[in-house]
Amino acid sequence: MIVFDHVSKVYSPTSTAVEDVTFRIESKEFISIVGHSGAGKSTLLKLLLAEDTPSEGKVFFEDVDVHAIPKADLAVLRRKIGTVFQDFKLLPSKTAFENVAFAMEAAGATDEDIETDVPQVLELVGLIDKAHHFPHELSGGEKQRVSIARAIVNRPDVIIADEPTGNLDPVNTYEIIELLKKINSFDTTVIVATHNKDIVNGLERRVITLEGGKITRDAKKGKYIL
Amino acid sequence: MMIYFKRIFKIGIINFWRNRWITLATVMVMVLMLFVTGSLVFSSVLLSSSIDRIEKKVDISVYFTTHAAEKDIVALQDELNKFPQVESVEYISREQALENFKLRHTNNALITQSLEELGENPLGASLNVQAQNPEQYESIAKFLGASSYSGVIDKINYFQNKLVIERLSNILVSARAIGWGAALVLAGIVVLVAFNTIRMAIFTSREEIHIMRLVGAENNYIRGPFVIVGVLYGIVSAVITMVFFYPLTLWLGPKAEGFFGGPNLFHYFIGNFFQIFLLLLAVGVALGAISSIIAVRKHLTI
Repeated sequence: MIVFDHVSKVYSPTSTAVEDVTFRIESKEFISIVGHSGAGKSTLLKLLLAEDTPSEGKVFFEDVDVHAIPKADLAVLRRKIGTVFQDFKLLPSKTAFENVAFAMEAAGATDEDIETDVPQVLELVGLIDKAHHFPHELSGGEKQRVSIARAIVNRPDVIIADEPTGNLDPVNTYEIIELLKKINSFDTTVIVATHNKDIVNGLERRVITLEGGKITRDAKKGKYIL
Repeated sequence: MMIYFKRIFKIGIINFWRNRWITLATVMVMVLMLFVTGSLVFSSVLLSSSIDRIEKKVDISVYFTTHAAEKDIVALQDELNKFPQVESVEYISREQALENFKLRHTNNALITQSLEELGENPLGASLNVQAQNPEQYESIAKFLGASSYSGVIDKINYFQNKLVIERLSNILVSARAIGWGAALVLAGIVVLVAFNTIRMAIFTSREEIHIMRLVGAENNYIRGPFVIVGVLYGIVSAVITMVFFYPLTLWLGPKAEGFFGGPNLFHYFIGNFFQIFLLLLAVGVALGAISSIIAVRKHLTI
């Protein structure tokens, strides 16, 4: 489903984010990409979203080279990939409902579908009672739930989460990971970039370990080992 | 498709209202810009009416000998009227000239007495020629000097006033050029200020634009609401500027009329209300929309 083929990203001669990375992700997998800060986790996710271009190699999503897609058509790719960010990236002038609805509106959904689906996903993430709150009226954990709701509302094939619990306390962290596991149980591929040891060890799923931009380990039921 | 445009309009209107501090700041700058635009219109009206009035004060007079036949003078008047450069030709008969002379010197006993002693009308008839613009007097004067009627022409006062007419003509040409130049420079500055204000307003939304791109919104869907907000800035600013101009022209109208000799700006404002409103609306809306398109494009790179 997703293939990184000998991908490198060099920002400058002294700054290499990822180096000759090759791996494949199958549909319905739950993968953790682990590594210290600066190991290249976020860069890999940015390359998949075509937010950044590789210096070498190719990234394929459903057999399509994502960096060969014209910029104007990237919207279609990004609707197939739901994204959850460490800093939530919610639209500050929109309520929780509107933030989630925006992703559907952008995809051209009808008003009727939006009216049905948005409350459903907000219910799923446990935020239906705060649907009309603005982001500044929500806690960190609640903002991340809105972010997850927005990521899944278009029923994407893949969810990528870049340090989704980086700004959260242990209770919220646990709940967010449970939510991601639940999403994966609906056959959605989930890719989580994290440096949280407890999360990775608790999951007992595939773990790709990055060190200095290179893959040092790729284990089916991996642990956080650095 | 309809739902697409409906959403763009809705988001635009909501953003215009929700970001009211940015809206307020931008509208204030736009009002200032449209105020300067309107003021340029009023200034150009005053300037060109003043220049027209001064131009009308310039004419040349062709004085005929006392024995010139009236039919010759009328024939020359008809010939002059056919000239495209000639605005008007006024015929002043000998009798009329004497009347005017007497009227002008009614309090001067010596002149009145001298005229009575003379017994006959010593004044010749004359033609007052007004050209379309002062630069054309020279060619008119040359034509008169070379015409078949030159024998009955006593004198043409252009040659006495040539220097003054030429200087005045140059001053008027320069005044118009300076007026246009100043207006263009001012308009340029105003457009830049308004453009940069909108750019700043959109700069505050750059993170939002990035997020929209990342959650799969197409460029036009992201750009649309910003353009709507830009258009709304233009509309609201044009309305506010018109509201400002009403009391201002009411107060300034008679004063400016006294100083420049007309027209009354308030009457001009009311008489051309819709044209002025449409001009401000067009400038405001175009600037709002174009600035938004350019400013958003910069942030649609990811």
